[in-house]
Amino acid sequence: MRHYVLFFFLCTCAAGVTTAQDSSLLNMLEDSMMANKQGAHVTGAFKGTHIINTHSVETPAKGVLLFMIMHRFGKINEGAYEFFGLDNATMRMGFDYGLTDELTVGIGRSTFQKTYDGYLKGKLLRQSEGPGGHIPLSVTALGGIAYTSLRYSDKPYLNARYRTSYTLQLLAARKLSRNLSIQLSPAYLHYNLVPTAADKNDVFVLGVGGRMKITKRSSINIEYNYLPGNQVRSFKVYNSFSAGFDIETGGHVFQVHVTNSQGMVEPLFLGRTTGSWGRGDIYFGFNISRSFNLAKKR
Amino acid sequence: MASAQVFITRTGVINFFSKTPMEDIKAENNQVYAALDLSKKTIAFSMLMKSFLFRKELMQEHFNENYVESDRYPKSTFKGTFTGDVDPQKPGIYNVQAQGVITLHGVDKSINTPATIEITGDGLTGTARFNLLPQDFNITIPGIVRDKIAKQIDVQVKIDCKPVK
Repeated sequence: MRHYVLFFFLCTCAAGVTTAQDSSLLNMLEDSMMANKQGAHVTGAFKGTHIINTHSVETPAKGVLLFMIMHRFGKINEGAYEFFGLDNATMRMGFDYGLTDELTVGIGRSTFQKTYDGYLKGKLLRQSEGPGGHIPLSVTALGGIAYTSLRYSDKPYLNARYRTSYTLQLLAARKLSRNLSIQLSPAYLHYNLVPTAADKNDVFVLGVGGRMKITKRSSINIEYNYLPGNQVRSFKVYNSFSAGFDIETGGHVFQVHVTNSQGMVEPLFLGRTTGSWGRGDIYFGFNISRSFNLAKKR
Repeated sequence: MASAQVFITRTGVINFFSKTPMEDIKAENNQVYAALDLSKKTIAFSMLMKSFLFRKELMQEHFNENYVESDRYPKSTFKGTFTGDVDPQKPGIYNVQAQGVITLHGVDKSINTPATIEITGDGLTGTARFNLLPQDFNITIPGIVRDKIAKQIDVQVKIDCKPVK
């Protein structure tokens, strides 16, 4: 009987639905949700797997193959004859594959000194929020190897060992707000061969970088890699500084930038940047990445 | 009347589908909180947008970052009523009409949809299916992906609720 009364009551005020609603049910659900709330990863600190030259903390998800082309034109100060650098170019193409959501394997080939590179990149910590666990930072480790295959007729002694160098880098980033992320990237490099005995085989570099979103799908990126003095003495090296703009559209990330580094692999741009911003040794370039889902189901 | 009138679940399922010739997108949230009060004929839903799982991780990231902005609007809720008779003592499928307000992306929108309530031995199962338009919730779709996202998103709801003691 009670039901029929209620039913008629509801029917009569069906026009004013909201007045008949009882928010106590929703309040009960919200309380239950709060009580069971778990921590969640903070995602999307950077749009790409690279800030510009430096790796970001981001890696492709499990089963995702990321194809990336990094392209640098010549130096702007080469003047009108070289069309301000656009007549010349170096590029690196690379593939990253997500073995798991945390571990990525990558390979690449640069035209610059005909360099091959390979690396493993693993997420150690993921920035998280909520009562389930608060982690302030995302930390990703990068271990890489680079092999320069360019032939020099005057250097017959260059064997495989001499042509190889190594990178160990820790990438620590925090997404401070929905728009702003910063990253500290200390790196340790080892060159099996250095030009003179005065140059260090083991080189330490401290990188900083960040991105500021300007719309939902675009951002301004900056990175600076500080190379403390007296590590490279036989020729003049500069700190690598790059600034650029990211646009993301679906599975693509398109990055355009200017940088004083020509190389796009850590041993080349962190410890061997010979371009100077002051002299106008500025390379215009872009990175394009496209992700492909190889795994059928997550 | 001895039997319970309020039914609840924390593992309700909401799927949505976007079908276009270019791309099919689907996502599932199986951590939907839902409650029904058969005596008051009220319904409530609440869910975290981050709990929608996509086949492609990148889609999931874009859904949260660019479309529903789940950092600003973490939850979506529904608060409403249903009309139609449901006898909790009599197992069977009852067709009802549900109406109320969906809050998503910070925007309230009234909806009215047919739904079913099935009284089972130990609880009830509610289902509904309706379409939502992203633009009704101020979710803008950029031109470059407009061909890949359907104008109407097909939403399917299924909740298996147990009585609250």
